[in-house]
Amino acid sequence: MKFSEHWLREWANPDISTDELAQLLTLAGLEVEAVEPVAGEFTDTVVGQVTAIEPHPDADKLKVCVVDVGQDEPLQIVCGASNVAVGMRVPVALVGARLPGGMKIKKAKLRGVPSFGMLCSEAELGLAENADGLMALPADAPVGTDIRKYLHLNDNTLELGLTPNRGDCLSIAGVAREVGVVARTEVTAKIVPEIEAAVDTSFPLQVEAGEDCPRYAGRVIEGIDPAAVTPLWMQEALRRSGLRSLGPVVDVTNFVLLELGQPMHAFDLDRLDGGLSVRHVTAGEKITLLDGQEISPEVGTLVIADGRGPQALAGIMGGQDSAVGDETRNIFLESAFFNPLCVAGRARSHGLHTDSSHRFERGVDPQLQRKALERATELLLKIVGGQAGPVVEVVHAEHLPQRPVILLRRQRIRRILGTQVEDTEVEDILRRLGMTLTAAEAGWDVLPPSFRFDMEIEVDLIEEIARIHGYESLPSSRPQASAIMQPQPEGRVPVMRLQQILVDRGYQEAITYSFVEPGLLKALDPQANPVRLSNPISEDMSVMRTSLWPGLIKTLAYNLNRQQSRVRLFETGLRFVRQDNELSQERCIAGLISGPLYPEQWGEPTRSVDFYDLKGDLEALLATTGELDDFRFESESHSALHPGQSARLLRDGQDVGWIGAIHPAIEKEVGINQRAFVFELRLSCFDQAAVPHFAPVSRYPAIRRDLALLIDREITAAELEEVVRENADPTLKNFHLFDVYKGEGIDSGRKSIAFGLTFQDQSRTLEDGDIDRALSRILSALTGKLGATLRE
Amino acid sequence: MQNDLQQQLDELVQQAAEAVRDAEDLAQLDQVRVRYLGKKGEVTAQMQSLGKLPHEERREAGKVINTTKQSVQQMIEGRHKILQQAALEAKLNAEAIDVTLPGRGQQTGGLHPVTRTLQRIESLFSQLGFEVAEGPEIEDDYHNFEALNIPESHPARAMHDTFYFDEHTVLRTHTSPVQIRVMQERQPPLRIIAPGRVYRCDSDLTHTPMFHQIEGLLVDENVTFADLKGILDDFLRNFFEQDLKVRFRPSYFPFTEPSAEADIECVMCAGKGCRVCSHTGWLEVLGCGMVHPKVFDHVDIDNEKYTGFAFGMGVERLAMLRYGVNDLRLFFENDLRFLRQFR
Repeated sequence: MKFSEHWLREWANPDISTDELAQLLTLAGLEVEAVEPVAGEFTDTVVGQVTAIEPHPDADKLKVCVVDVGQDEPLQIVCGASNVAVGMRVPVALVGARLPGGMKIKKAKLRGVPSFGMLCSEAELGLAENADGLMALPADAPVGTDIRKYLHLNDNTLELGLTPNRGDCLSIAGVAREVGVVARTEVTAKIVPEIEAAVDTSFPLQVEAGEDCPRYAGRVIEGIDPAAVTPLWMQEALRRSGLRSLGPVVDVTNFVLLELGQPMHAFDLDRLDGGLSVRHVTAGEKITLLDGQEISPEVGTLVIADGRGPQALAGIMGGQDSAVGDETRNIFLESAFFNPLCVAGRARSHGLHTDSSHRFERGVDPQLQRKALERATELLLKIVGGQAGPVVEVVHAEHLPQRPVILLRRQRIRRILGTQVEDTEVEDILRRLGMTLTAAEAGWDVLPPSFRFDMEIEVDLIEEIARIHGYESLPSSRPQASAIMQPQPEGRVPVMRLQQILVDRGYQEAITYSFVEPGLLKALDPQANPVRLSNPISEDMSVMRTSLWPGLIKTLAYNLNRQQSRVRLFETGLRFVRQDNELSQERCIAGLISGPLYPEQWGEPTRSVDFYDLKGDLEALLATTGELDDFRFESESHSALHPGQSARLLRDGQDVGWIGAIHPAIEKEVGINQRAFVFELRLSCFDQAAVPHFAPVSRYPAIRRDLALLIDREITAAELEEVVRENADPTLKNFHLFDVYKGEGIDSGRKSIAFGLTFQDQSRTLEDGDIDRALSRILSALTGKLGATLRE
Repeated sequence: MQNDLQQQLDELVQQAAEAVRDAEDLAQLDQVRVRYLGKKGEVTAQMQSLGKLPHEERREAGKVINTTKQSVQQMIEGRHKILQQAALEAKLNAEAIDVTLPGRGQQTGGLHPVTRTLQRIESLFSQLGFEVAEGPEIEDDYHNFEALNIPESHPARAMHDTFYFDEHTVLRTHTSPVQIRVMQERQPPLRIIAPGRVYRCDSDLTHTPMFHQIEGLLVDENVTFADLKGILDDFLRNFFEQDLKVRFRPSYFPFTEPSAEADIECVMCAGKGCRVCSHTGWLEVLGCGMVHPKVFDHVDIDNEKYTGFAFGMGVERLAMLRYGVNDLRLFFENDLRFLRQFR
C-alpha cells in the first residue's frame, strides 16, 4: 500500500523523521519498501495568474503572457503551452529558480522577446511522468504563495509491503493506529458527522445472501452537479497514494477506501432498474465490468443485481451498465461488509485484483460500513452537492464475524518467547492494540477488536506482544537438545561422493531447469509421456523432464556456441516418469562429454573423447558400490543414442541406466557439430553398496600368462570373459584384457584379443603343470564355444 | 739387461699415461686398457716374456713388470672414475627438463555454486545434529499448502505464483512440504534441513521460475523464539565468516507464529547503503518463525508438549552475496566460463 506521509501525519504525528518513521514501521512488521518524494526538487516557484496574452511577433506557437506573481510589477513570460489562458492560475518558476533535473531559470530572450520566468506543467515540477499542458491551479490558489507550501510538496510517498494478515493496516486510519501503538503517540481520528436525510428518496434493497453479506448499507444522493471537479487536495492525496483521479464521485469513494479502509461503490441510480439485490449468480448470467471485460461469473459468485441482472461483482468491481459517468445526476452509494471467504479466490479466478478485493479478502472491519458511508456522504455533498437520502442498512447480525475471546497464559508467553514479559507490559501492549482484557487464572481473557481478523488463538497474541515489545529486544540463546546420534549407513554411497568423483575427473556440475521443451524430449524419447504444466512460463519450458539429457544437451549447444568446445558436464536431480498413470520422481545422475579428452596441452596428443572415456568415468562411479562386477553393459538401441554405440546398464538384471553416443540425427537437430556421449543412472543403485570384507592376502607368488586369440568380430569382450571365468578354477585371480586389434594381417571377420590371466593359490606355490592344465581347459572351452584360435 | 728392461717399462708407463690421459670417454679408455693390459696387451706381453728370462732374473724382472702393471692399472682406474663421473653428469644434463612446463592430464572440474552453497549450509547445520531430508518436487496441495495452514482461499496462495498440473497437483513452491512429510513420519525430537529445487511461475531480471531453498526445522520440548534467534545469528555469521549485524523483523508466514524475517548488514557496503541493499544497509536473507499450532495439529504433534521453529532461505541469494554474483540468471545458463569460477 502506498500513501502520503503528510496524510498519515494528519492522523498520527510522532516527533520523528521520515527515516525514523520508516524504520519504526519496518521493525513493527509493516515493512516500508520505498520512500519517494512526492515531487521533484525545485525552488522559487510560486502561484501566478495570467492576466493578459499577446501573440509572439515572430513565432506562431509562442505566446507572450503577463503574469501576476504577487510582486509589485507583473512579469512578462513567453510560453509555448497550448492551454494557457487569461485568468488561469499556474505555477511560475521565477528567475533564479532551480527545477528538477538541475535546470536553472534565467532571464532570457525567446525569439527576441524577453521572458522573466517559466510557466510550469506537472511534469516540469516532477509531479507526474508526463503532462500535456500547464498545471492548472484552482481559482482560489493564493497568488504569490510558494507552490511547495501551497501543495504541501515537502511530502513523501511511503510504500508498505503489507503481509496478508494485516488487512487492518490497508488504510491511513489503520497505519495511524499502528504508529500510535509503536511510537506511543496520540491518534487523531476524524470525527465523522451523521448526515441527516435531506430527501426521503431511497432505493429498494434486498439481501438474499446474508451469510456472504452480513451488512449492506447504502443511500441515495440526488441532484449532484455533473460539472463538479475533484478538489486539488484530494487529487493530490490520491496521486500520492498511487491512484488516478477519475471524477469526483469515484475519487471520493477511493479517498474513503484509502482513509478508512472501506471499499465503496457508487451506482448511477438512473441506470438501475427495479431494486438492488445482493445474491448469488445463477447459471447463464453475464456482466460487463468497469474495465470493459465481459464475464460469466461462476454460479454462486456473489453479485449486486438489479431487475435486469448483475450490476457489480460484490467486493471486486462494478459493472459498466450502472457506472457513474459524466452525465450522472443521482447516485446510490454502497458500503458493505462481504465475507472474506466469498471474495477470496473469486477475483483471481477472473484474473482480477482490485483495491477492493484486496481489502475484502483480507477482512474489512465489519463495524466500519456506516461510518464510511457518512464520511463519503459528507465529502460528496461538499464536492458535488446534491441531497442525501436516508441510510438503508440490512444486517444479518448472526453472520457478522465475531472475534473470539482468547485465553492468554502467562507461562505460555515464556514457553514461546524464551523470556518473561512483565504483566504490566503485556497488558499495556494489548490494550494499546485495542484489545479488551479481563484477568483469568493463568493469565488473561482477551477480546480483540473487530478489525483484527488475524487474532484467533493464543499465539496470535504472543506474536503481538513480541512485535510491540520489539524482536530486537527479545533475548537470543542456543537451543538445548538431546545429543542423539543418527544412524549413518555405510552401505550407501552419498551423492556428494559421486559428485566429487566426477569433479575430480574434470566434470563441471550443471543445474538445468526441470521443465523442458516437449519437442526435444520427444526426439530423445518418443515413448515418453511427460507430465505437462497447465500454466507454463513458455512452451519451451512446458513439460517435466523424463531424463536429464535434454538439459545437458542444451547446455552443450549453449557452450559450443560460445567457443567452449571441450565440455564435460554432469547433473543430479529428479526426472519425472509416468507409467500406467503412476508418476515416479526418480533421483538420477547424468553426464555428458564432448570435444577433446584433455584440455589442449604440450605433452599429450589431442584426441576427441569416445564411448570408453565416458564408460571409464561411469565405472569409477559404479566402483563406489564395491560391487562393480554386478553391473553389466548390454548393447541395446535407444532412440536418443547411436545404435552401434549404446548400452543399457543393468545391476543384477535390473535396469539402472543408459550410456552411449548421442544419435547423429539429434546432434543435427540441436545444432551440435561434434560427437557427444551421455550417460544417465538412477541414484537408487548407490543405496546398496558393499561394506568392505577382508580376504587374506596369499603369501605365495602369482603367475601370469598372456594369451592372444583370434575370434569372430561379433563376440564381445564380456562373452569372452564369461567363458574364461566359467572354465577357470579358483586359482584364477585376475582376467585382464590388454589389446584388441582388427585390420591388416587378420581375416576381416575376425579380431585379435589379448589378455593376461593371473593365477595364485592361498596355500602353495603353483607349478607349471597346474597352470598348463588350467590354461588348456580354458583354451579348449574358448575354442569349442567361441571358435577361438590361438594367434600365431 | 735389468736397466734395459727398466727403461723399456718406464717408456711403456709413459706411453700408457699419455694414452690414458688422451682417452676422452669410457670406450677409448677401454681401448687403452686392452692395448696395455688385455690378453695381447703390451704389459701382458712383458709378463709373458718373463719365461724367456734366465731363472735368477725372473724374480726381479717379475717384480718390476708387476709394478708397471699396477701403475698402468691405477692410471686407468683413476681415469675411469673421472670419465664415469663425467658420463653421469653428461647423462643428467641431457635429462634436464623445463620444470615450468605445465603438468599433464585431466584438469579437475567443479561443483555448481548452488551445490557448493548448499553443502556449506548443510555442513554448518550438521554440526548441530541436523539431518538432511528430501521430498518430491511434484507435490499435492495438501503438503504444499493445506497442512502448512494455507487453505484454498488464503491470500498467501496468490503470492506463491504456483505452477499447476491439475487442481490438486503443483510444483512445490517452497521446501516447507518436506517439514510436513518428516513430521508425519516421525515424532520429536526432530532436527532436519531440507534442501532442494522449488518453483514459482515468475521470470524476470530477479526471478527465475526455478530456484533453490533450504529449510530447517527443529522440534523439541523446550524450543523458544530466543533459540531461533541464536541459531540463525550463529549461522549467518559463520556462513559469511564475518561478524555481521543481524536483525529480526516481524513478518508473516501462515505456517509459523511468531514469524520473522532476518536481515543482515549489507555484505557489499558493510551497511553503509549501496545499490545491492537499495541504500537501506540491510539485506533480507531468510524467513523464520515458531511452528504454527495448526501445523502441529495437521501432523499430530502435541502443541502443549512440543514447540519448534522453522526457517527457510533462498540459496541463490546467499550464493550471490557470498560470491559476488550479480545476475541470478547466470545460475541456470550453465555457461562454462561462469561455472569454472567455482572449482
